[in-house]
Amino acid sequence: MTIVKASMAGTVWKVLVQEGQEVAAGEDVVILESMKMEIPIAAEEAGTVKRVIAAEGDFINVDDDLVEIE
Amino acid sequence: MFNKILIANRGEIARRVIRTCKRLGIETVAVYSEADANSPHVREATESYCIGKPPVLHSYLNIDAIIGAAKESKAEAIHPGYGLLSENAAFAKRVEQEGLVFIGPSSQVIESMGSKLEARKIMEEAGVPIVQGVNDPIANTDEAAVIAEQIGYPVMLKASAGGGGIGMQLVHNEAELRKAFEGNQKRAQSFFGDGTMFIEKFIAEPHHVEVQVLADTHGHVVPIYERECSIQRRNQKVVEEAPSPFISDETRTRMLDAAVNAASSIGYTNAGTIEFLVDKDQNFYFLEMNTRLQVEHPVTEEITGLDLVEQQLLVASGEKLAFTREDIVKRGHAIEVRIYAEDPITFFPSPGHIKHLSVPEGEGIRHELAVESGSDVTPFYDPMIAKLVVFGHDRSEACERLAQALREYKVEGIKTNIPMLLDIVTDEVFLSGDTNTKFVEEYYLPKVTVSK
Repeated sequence: MTIVKASMAGTVWKVLVQEGQEVAAGEDVVILESMKMEIPIAAEEAGTVKRVIAAEGDFINVDDDLVEIE
Repeated sequence: MFNKILIANRGEIARRVIRTCKRLGIETVAVYSEADANSPHVREATESYCIGKPPVLHSYLNIDAIIGAAKESKAEAIHPGYGLLSENAAFAKRVEQEGLVFIGPSSQVIESMGSKLEARKIMEEAGVPIVQGVNDPIANTDEAAVIAEQIGYPVMLKASAGGGGIGMQLVHNEAELRKAFEGNQKRAQSFFGDGTMFIEKFIAEPHHVEVQVLADTHGHVVPIYERECSIQRRNQKVVEEAPSPFISDETRTRMLDAAVNAASSIGYTNAGTIEFLVDKDQNFYFLEMNTRLQVEHPVTEEITGLDLVEQQLLVASGEKLAFTREDIVKRGHAIEVRIYAEDPITFFPSPGHIKHLSVPEGEGIRHELAVESGSDVTPFYDPMIAKLVVFGHDRSEACERLAQALREYKVEGIKTNIPMLLDIVTDEVFLSGDTNTKFVEEYYLPKVTVSK
């Protein structure tokens, strides 16, 4: 199991995956908005989305959990 | 002249406006979000009002809260700064309707220049050169393909309501156009609420040169020379200078004439900027008009000795401009660099706590600072934390002073683009003065990505 974490503070602009969905390594799962820029966050490993932790509009800090993949 | 004005902005531009107001004896009202409670602009204003939560939609774009603060403080006028609500026609109209003065042009002018298609039509009628293209919206991909074929590839797809490069894409052939059209249309729709698209011929290796104008409410329009703003990353300016090292005196005269025509034809008032693309043969084409004070206005001030904020206040209070085009004399050379809280190679934002800030002092050095030692740079707003402006008797002196100042500029605790700026201003191509908008891609990025 791996947790995709936020690489910087910002607001969750879009969640691109749903629970149960297959994702490939390097695939974007969440887009953050920070300082007026879109920051795509990718899954490091392939797997199935077990849990989507972040919701669109949430404010998150660096290293906060976004998506759980197994 | 006004007794009290409200500044509907934050950061360095709010401080810049307060500075001129203090000199002129005008009281100032600051507004701020919960994230900016400790910001310098809040301290420096005569009084201040918290207008909401950190996200801009709840604070700096919250028209009701800003109007409420203006009414409560009995401010007579509102200075919008740049960005945020500065080019929002609905805000300008509301300010007018509330019996306050909007320090800028009329809401009708803002509206007509906010549509790139509408602006193209108006400028063409006024005899201002525009890039070959269409003046009507393009409905779908098939229609776009027919038009692009007529104009000839490569072409630029553009969103009429676009800004900051959003909804804009260069395409080299029909296959690329078919792939790009709908996506850009959708992006423009979701960002600006308007998916109107059009097509222009692509200008290769363009220089971005813009003309500053001041126009009063008595029919006088005076051009205040030009700025070269070709060094950009992510379609945003990074280095700006005045005068342009690229254009000839003859081109300069023709551009200033065109800018006066453009502003006069729409009944423009207050400070405004007409942006042009200039090709390698010095042909120039209208790009868009910014109906507000520009981020890079200080370089114009440095070479002319004018205070553009003071002129904005005078014009907004109904005064006549006290000078003509012939009275404005330029001297020396000024360069501004924008200091961003971001990684100097990936350009990704770098919010955080500034442990220590120390800025260089010396002849010809001017600072416009949004932050100080101990400031927190939050993820809610634009990453620009400061501007460094240098003046020299000629361009090479300005470049030398700028490089030295950047070497002494210390920001601890967050990443900044200072290494990138130093790299650019010491680059041989930059020093030669030939800086087109592809500079960062063609000269800067290859260098840093190979050596790292």
